Amino acid sequence: MTNYVFRRLLAVIPVIVGVIAVVFILTSIVPGDPARLMVGQRGDPATIQKLREDLGLNRPLWQQFIDFFKGVVTLDLGRSYRTRMPVIQAIAERLPITARLALASMALAVTSGVTLGMVAALKQNSMLDYGSMIAALIGISAPSFWVGIMLVVLFCVQLRWIPGTGTGDGSWIYLVLPALTLGMRPAALIARLTRSGMLEVLGQDYIRTARSKGLTEKAVIIGHALKNAMIPVITVVGTGMAEMLGGAIVVEKLFSLPGVGRLGIEAILNRDFAIIRGQVLFMALIFVVTNLLVDLSYPLFDPRIKYGRTWRRE
Amino acid sequence: MPAERAKGMVPDNNRGDRSEGKVCSLWRDAWERLKQNKAAIAGLFLVAVITLAAVFAPLITKYDPGVQLVWTQGPDAQLVPPGTDHWFGTDIYGRDIYSRVVYGARVSLQIGVASTIISVVIGVILGAMAGYYGGLVDDIISWLTNVIFAFPFLLFVLALVAYLPPGLPLMYAAIGIVNWAGVARIVRGQVLSAREKEYVEAATVVGGSDVRVIVKHILPNILAPVIVQATLGMGSIIMLESSLSFLGFGIQPPTPSWGYEIDQGRQYLLAGAWWWSAFPGFAIMALVLGFNLLGDGLRDALDPRQNVGEGR
Repeated sequence: MTNYVFRRLLAVIPVIVGVIAVVFILTSIVPGDPARLMVGQRGDPATIQKLREDLGLNRPLWQQFIDFFKGVVTLDLGRSYRTRMPVIQAIAERLPITARLALASMALAVTSGVTLGMVAALKQNSMLDYGSMIAALIGISAPSFWVGIMLVVLFCVQLRWIPGTGTGDGSWIYLVLPALTLGMRPAALIARLTRSGMLEVLGQDYIRTARSKGLTEKAVIIGHALKNAMIPVITVVGTGMAEMLGGAIVVEKLFSLPGVGRLGIEAILNRDFAIIRGQVLFMALIFVVTNLLVDLSYPLFDPRIKYGRTWRRE
Repeated sequence: MPAERAKGMVPDNNRGDRSEGKVCSLWRDAWERLKQNKAAIAGLFLVAVITLAAVFAPLITKYDPGVQLVWTQGPDAQLVPPGTDHWFGTDIYGRDIYSRVVYGARVSLQIGVASTIISVVIGVILGAMAGYYGGLVDDIISWLTNVIFAFPFLLFVLALVAYLPPGLPLMYAAIGIVNWAGVARIVRGQVLSAREKEYVEAATVVGGSDVRVIVKHILPNILAPVIVQATLGMGSIIMLESSLSFLGFGIQPPTPSWGYEIDQGRQYLLAGAWWWSAFPGFAIMALVLGFNLLGDGLRDALDPRQNVGEGR
């Protein structure tokens, strides 16, 4: 197990270096001079030149990369071009809202998706099965922001069950609709995967063995079948995090939540490239870490993974 | 090792014809299987109807999508509910929502198709190189694939769009550049297993160059999973484009775009004008659902496991 953990940790390092390099390239090579973009078309050459010097843009590219890399390692992502606030502080201030939203959405997606998928598999070819899978298909195909709007119309405007947008007094009730909106797509994916995983597992010999040795149906389903059907679901939790971090941008705009996603939108509108760069990097690193945790949790569900196979490469 | 492979020894007459014959039979079989799949046919129908509507938009719409009827008909033309004259109602400027939804399909499909082509081309080239050459080439490309996968799709495209001047071709490129990794990963895996097959060995031994072996012999045999991935990818690209438009970073108005319409319309929901946001949303859902159903159906129809031993 230690060997497995060590190998996974080691494999993450080149990806992190790559992420830092891609973010740097993204913000350095693309057409347009950040200094000119910040100052605008009417900026005079002297101001632009001064800004270029301040930002270190007149130095060789490799030197800029080393500075950037050092900054990332020491958690110094520079300062916002507009507010002069350290980028890491700007992100940290907005992070709790996004983190709460993402965790609530994922919790909702996993519980509803697994339940729906499990019920659909156990009642295969019933109306319940068809209903759940049609709902899942719509969940995957409908744009989340549109579903969010429809939820607002239904629950806030028509039924008046839930207060509108914003964070209000910070209570959990304000999180319900954003979490439903953001969690809908992963829930649908998880439901489909759980169903197909369960159907595959339920036909295996060891399930027959478990039943024949007299275990209750509940013990067979929860203890044997579900645990083995969970591997693809866990993978979706990992990849779903990336989608959620991206989706949070849309949901935060829709529900006026001042999270990291909104910070990014504001930064793009204000051409605050330091924030954009910091935010993209931060989100990507969060995703790498989440996936690492997901990878490390695989052996809990499938002990065969502990024994050094290069299973992830293919 | 490729460098050690014999080259230019025997002319490979007609081999291309034979492999094309095999592909034809695979496609015919796949089409027969696809026809049996009701969900896939429903998906194909949705995609076909929306594509035809987009192509023949001027013929099936009564109003120009940009014409603001408030200028000619006054405030009466504002926010007209769905009816016989305006099937999907009008917006605050008196523009016909049905026309805007139909013309909006053009933008979504254009971006979907163009970005998919870009990502498939990049993904196939890099994935085939990684799978065929292995070693350091594979390590570098696989690393790059993992790195690209680490970025949230929407955020990455947003960041690219923020740096690039606005314009449709640049948006195709931005989405294509971000989206190739999924294709590359699939192609790599397929090429890796195809490389060991006898027909590839035979093609190499008789002197086919690396490019010829990959393009003429391997690619036609691994096309099926690429098509499935591209079809399913169309759905996510269309969804991405609508999210970008919703956020205000997509195609710039007045060109109609579904995501932008939803964003504009939501401000009038409280006034009871549900149609402005609702119909573009249904359109996105229908098109994405169509591609998802078709992609799932194609996967079942083209599943190589069902084709073992065929065409020999």
